[in-house]
Amino acid sequence: MSSNKMRLSGWPLLLPALALLAGILLVPLGRTLLDSVSEPTWTLKNYENIFTDGVTLTVLGRTVMIAAAVTAAALLIGYPYAYLMTRVSPRARGILLVIVLIPFWTSVMARNFAWIIILQNGGPVQKVFALLGADHVVLYGTSAGVTIAMTQVMLPFMVLPLFSTLGSIDRRLLLAARGLGSSPTAAFWKVFFPLSRGGVVAGVILVFTLSLGFYVTPALLGSPQQSLVAQLLAQRTTQLLDFAAAGALGMVVLIVTLVLVAWANRMGGTMSAIGVVATSRTKDR
Amino acid sequence: MTHDTTVKATGSSPGTRSGTEIRLDHVTKDYGLEAPAVDDISLTIEPGEFMTLLGPSGSGKTTTLNLIAGFETLTAGTIVLNGADVSNVPPHRRNLGMLFQHYALFPHMTVAQNVAYPLRERRADKREIARKVAEVLELVQLTGRDDHHPAQLSGGQQQRVALARAIVFEPRALLLDEPLGALDRNLRSALQVEIRRIHREVGSTFVFVTHDQEEALNLSDRIALFNSGHIEQVGTPQQLYAEPETLFTARFLGDSNVFELGQAALDENLTWDGETWGIDPGTVAAHPGVRTRSAIVVRPEDVEVVNRLDEVPAGANAVRATVRDVEYMGAYRTLLLTMGERRLPGRARVSALHGDHAVGDDLVAWWRPRAQRIVAA
Ligand SMILES: Nc1ncnc2c1ncn2[C@@H]1O[C@H](COP(=O)(O)OP(=O)(O)OP(=O)(O)O)[C@@H](O)[C@H]1O
Ligand SMILES: [Mg+2]
Repeated sequence: MSSNKMRLSGWPLLLPALALLAGILLVPLGRTLLDSVSEPTWTLKNYENIFTDGVTLTVLGRTVMIAAAVTAAALLIGYPYAYLMTRVSPRARGILLVIVLIPFWTSVMARNFAWIIILQNGGPVQKVFALLGADHVVLYGTSAGVTIAMTQVMLPFMVLPLFSTLGSIDRRLLLAARGLGSSPTAAFWKVFFPLSRGGVVAGVILVFTLSLGFYVTPALLGSPQQSLVAQLLAQRTTQLLDFAAAGALGMVVLIVTLVLVAWANRMGGTMSAIGVVATSRTKDR
Repeated sequence: MTHDTTVKATGSSPGTRSGTEIRLDHVTKDYGLEAPAVDDISLTIEPGEFMTLLGPSGSGKTTTLNLIAGFETLTAGTIVLNGADVSNVPPHRRNLGMLFQHYALFPHMTVAQNVAYPLRERRADKREIARKVAEVLELVQLTGRDDHHPAQLSGGQQQRVALARAIVFEPRALLLDEPLGALDRNLRSALQVEIRRIHREVGSTFVFVTHDQEEALNLSDRIALFNSGHIEQVGTPQQLYAEPETLFTARFLGDSNVFELGQAALDENLTWDGETWGIDPGTVAAHPGVRTRSAIVVRPEDVEVVNRLDEVPAGANAVRATVRDVEYMGAYRTLLLTMGERRLPGRARVSALHGDHAVGDDLVAWWRPRAQRIVAA
């Protein structure tokens, strides 16, 4: 990376940002880590419990499964959508972009309540399924319903990095491939798709890691019996006040995330593609 | 210039690699702009020929090449390869090699993978691929770079890889769209030599697009000169330079002194600005436009200068001129002149041994009637 070679003479400019990061991220993180191994005494018991209490591991597994399903669904929907965005007129592209961004700018709470209305018993989705002959399709309160709603919430995080990557691929390479004997389909899979890998990895990482820690949607749409890691964390901190156990669980999730990011870096997932999201994002979850 | 179409690959690839005939028959491409990009072009490119499509920017050269390659669809007309109409055949089934100005190497593949690409698409077996890749990389003098990525190569090396990739599958013809346009001058002439050599060695038909007249003159067996969507003239470089049919051709290739005649009778003598000049019937263009509007074209190297009218040899055409400027070019110098009462700009190329000419000198410029060319204007 050429940025590694950048001269460091401007580093004092980074001080405010570093101070902020230290204050709101590193210090609390350090505290959490410390608590997780020192409460009530110096021990690794809190970590041991994760693997032995019979619940946490199940929840972790379920969380990873749902995050993976959400990521796969977002990729399957987001890739063609982002591809379409690069192929249409600038006007149509603007419209498609706004369609992605409007939910992005809308409060997650508002969107989740909308999903409750859509998925609830007797709601429109159930009616449509009934019309098709499938009675009593229950989505509200199930992992399937959570997955659907989370996919919609996460879609912008997939579409934006993909759009920026796909848009920067030199389409003349496709012509070259055609001239060398590739059918349009072969040219896509052998040239275009491999070149979009950076955007795919960036989108996958963003959606997957955000999904791992997602709280609002599973809490509102899922059932307590199907809770995910974030709900477990909330329960341990706000109801059981067991900060040490929660800290240990948080650390495990953090480690999973860091491993993924490291993998993404190795796969050439461009951090700049992730950066696109930051600039188009004005509101927090 | 005659071209030997029986030239065969001298490399180890056996069998026939002789070229393909490419015939464009009333080919038109209309993008819906004011004028068609390519307007009713007919052209036959001989097997094994090095044909250059030359012309100013926007004259339709790239469009024509893309029509041959199949990247664009025809508005009208047909394209025939070795007798088979391919007008509706998609590009990946036309089996033509293509070289672009922008190289179009696949950045995620190594040099060897790039070159192997067309062979893999044709399901060649592994050993065959390895052998051919090595062979063609040697041909373009890039042996040992197999595992480099395109970004690690210079522009000239990248274009060599692209060239290797375009010929490795023994395409029916090679189409080149300003392949040297992005390279600096020295590299350009080095690669010109190389392209010429590879053309000789593989013996297949080359269609080369450029707007650089020098490049066209250096490389081509024949040149098709494009002008706003139609072909102005087709011929060998010598024909186009020495026997232009139109003023456009004369002006596009090399420098010329141009004397516009309007509608003139071209049977014996003619007059220009009060001067009476002789005509050599062999120098009148066959182009029908000559009868409605014509011009005399004289190349600067055919113009001589003397100090007085009585020094002009009998039978020569002469005009009074004043030296406007002198360009020193080593062995010779070019006099920039104003000629005749009309003060027409002109130029004469004279030997440096020919004595001195200062700006403002009055002289007489002359040339033989057979050195001039009467073209459609
Ligand atoms: N895809 C296209 N859509 C619309 N018009 C086009 C398209 N491609 C080319 N044209 C037009 O067709 C005409 C011929 O273009 P073309 O690219 O063939 O010219 P060229 O001779 O290759 O020029 P250059 O030397 O600049 O490459 C131009 O007027 C151009 O604007
Ligand atoms: Mg062009």
